[in-house]
Amino acid sequence: MLAIEPEKCTGCRLCETACAIHHEKICAPEKARIRVTKWENEGVYIPIVCQQCETPICEIVCPMHAINRNAETGAMIIDDKLCVGCKLCVQFCPFGGIIVDDKTKKTAKCDLCSGEPVCVKFCQPKALQYLDATTLNLRKRRTAAERFSEYLKKMLTTI
Amino acid sequence: MVFNRKIAHINLSNGKISQKIVPKALRAQYLGGRGIDMHLLYKHMNPKINPLSPENLFIVGVGFLSGIPCLGSGRCDIAAKSPLTGAVGDSNIGGFFAPELRFAGFDHLVITGKAKKPVYLLATDDEITIKDASHIWGEDTFEAQTLLRRDEDDENIKSLVIGLAGENLVKFANVRTGMKNSAGRTGMGCIMGSKNLKAIAARGTIPVKFTHPDELIEYCMQMNDMITSTRWSKAQSRWGTMIIYSNTNTTGLLRTRNFQLNRLEDGQDLEPENIDRYSIGTSGCYGCSVHCRHRYVLREGPFAPLFGEGPEYTSLGAFGTMVGCKKMETILIANHLVNKYGLDTLETGGLIAWSMELFENGILNEKTTDGLRLEWGNEEAVFDLIQRIAHREGFGDILADGFGGAIAKIGKDSEYYAIQVKGMSNLHSDERPTPSFALGIATSTRGADHLRSRPAIDMYGLPEDTLKEIYGGPVADDYNSYDGKSRMVWWQELLYAVTDSIGTCKFQTVFCAVHAPKWEEFSKLIQLATGMEFQKSHLMQIGERICTIERLFNLREGFTRKDDNLPERYYKEPTPIGLPVARNKKIDKEKFKKMLDEYYELHGWDKDGVPKQETLKKLSLDNTLLNLS
Repeated sequence: MLAIEPEKCTGCRLCETACAIHHEKICAPEKARIRVTKWENEGVYIPIVCQQCETPICEIVCPMHAINRNAETGAMIIDDKLCVGCKLCVQFCPFGGIIVDDKTKKTAKCDLCSGEPVCVKFCQPKALQYLDATTLNLRKRRTAAERFSEYLKKMLTTI
Repeated sequence: MVFNRKIAHINLSNGKISQKIVPKALRAQYLGGRGIDMHLLYKHMNPKINPLSPENLFIVGVGFLSGIPCLGSGRCDIAAKSPLTGAVGDSNIGGFFAPELRFAGFDHLVITGKAKKPVYLLATDDEITIKDASHIWGEDTFEAQTLLRRDEDDENIKSLVIGLAGENLVKFANVRTGMKNSAGRTGMGCIMGSKNLKAIAARGTIPVKFTHPDELIEYCMQMNDMITSTRWSKAQSRWGTMIIYSNTNTTGLLRTRNFQLNRLEDGQDLEPENIDRYSIGTSGCYGCSVHCRHRYVLREGPFAPLFGEGPEYTSLGAFGTMVGCKKMETILIANHLVNKYGLDTLETGGLIAWSMELFENGILNEKTTDGLRLEWGNEEAVFDLIQRIAHREGFGDILADGFGGAIAKIGKDSEYYAIQVKGMSNLHSDERPTPSFALGIATSTRGADHLRSRPAIDMYGLPEDTLKEIYGGPVADDYNSYDGKSRMVWWQELLYAVTDSIGTCKFQTVFCAVHAPKWEEFSKLIQLATGMEFQKSHLMQIGERICTIERLFNLREGFTRKDDNLPERYYKEPTPIGLPVARNKKIDKEKFKKMLDEYYELHGWDKDGVPKQETLKKLSLDNTLLNLS
């Protein structure tokens, strides 16, 4: 999965820029499938992108059955030929994971770049990482346990 | 496409706005950003005007490569005739404004005249509107940006704003964007204030098409790897520019107590590691993989709660070493205050440090400073004076005019203590042990300034063969030496003129690492992004053209060789402390003159620093080029 750790994000927007250039061959934040949402005055930056949900609301609401999972990467892919541009997916996605192309008025979303997400390659602070959910889960657990471990280590060594 | 972006001419007096595509011929000669700004400044400005008159131009320029995903490509160049120096006014700013202006369809704005009441400009897709800013006038630089976003009901509005300092025509008021980014030097915020222009907001959705997008992406990835693999960049990513302090304070390359000492004794609290007590993470400008500034939170004390970004190495000097303050917290508060009011951190600190020395030697006293005890390390006085400068209150009003105005009011005997060139304060580096840096600040077209050349590569103990390979001629590996240093300064000036014109970050060039991007990499990036082909020699010529047109501007304003000089103290007082490499060093006047001669020669200027006819011809700076608009 495309894992996001907002606390590492520095807000540089390289992910957006690279995404749009890679997919659309143009530099335009509006065309990027990923977007860094910012609260500048508080210093909070959160990259937002499709989470490739297990029960994808976009798939459920799509009247044309145009959104389907790619078996290899697990990405939800929009079939351009089937999409009629009704934008129900845009309305229902809880993450704003789906964008609308100005010209075609049809929708587009993160396709995980066939398993090699360009945004991840550009993310120096590693706020974006491409890894499986179990690895992410183990990492998160370790981070959560770290504080406790320091306390424990201290306690054990003093005894 | 890059080539469909426009120049907009905006007259605030009569509200007239015109637009035209940036001529490709101008791109070939100047690329964009600082280059084109300087052309416009020289061409459209009448000589000897009062910088605060409506006639002055306020020019905004987006870098030629703005929007590429590497090297911090979001930089913007701001130019005018400087109210502080009367010379070239030029300041570069990062953040996210430049790409947004480019997405709105504009690469350059040339603003003239003066609005009758406070206004802001809004650039949206191919359109520029002048809007009422009465409700924003008086707001600080953070709140002003929030209000603009709210006004336009769009969180993605990016803006350049001024604070109280700009409104009050403080001569070193800056222009700001975001929490931290500032076009700090030469008083560009004062020019905005003089035009009743509170802000320039941009929001655009016009895509930029690069010529070879797939190869560009690959190459940009290589560029990011190239820069993040340098030790300098790794250290910067972690601690920001403050990392320089560890080195310079240990060695003795930091002016302390104005210019009395060259290192801060007991200055441990200013070591960059101490920012960790306040940092919640780092922050980067557009397209930057280095992210050199901290986001910090101050949770206690009279100014808390406070969120800020930075501080830079320069602020450690401005509100630390130069004024004798030794606490990180002082820096964080002062940094926040100058950002809030929109003051150049460096000029503010330089002037306060100077006042403190004048206070110590009796040229100033409590009567003249309105009761402020300007003693070394008095942080309350520093905070107080920052606010008085921004409000132009009492003694703050005197300092608000910069060194030129303040010396005229305080008296001629104060001039000796002013560490400035062409009326602009130097930063807190002490250049007496490093002749290359000394030459760089003396020749900088915008007044004492390290970012025009920053010739630091000889400080890394590199073999002379390597230096020769980079600079194309012999350069001594000893940084105390004068040999070949003119070549370093000249070469770096050309490189940075081009860096400022393509709109990438200087930190991501040979700023502190020899194997960082330079000419060849710039050529390739330009080719992939725009299709234009430039060899290294062409780019160097563009750099030369930019430096020379700035020189022509200054000559036209009455600056001559005598202004490419250092404060007398550099020649008279040797550095008192520091490591042997930095101790007991002063600048040798004769050797300095020789360096200056060599430097002029390399630029193709005569002994008086006037560009030779053949140089002007070679650079097409005769009339043909100046007719381009």
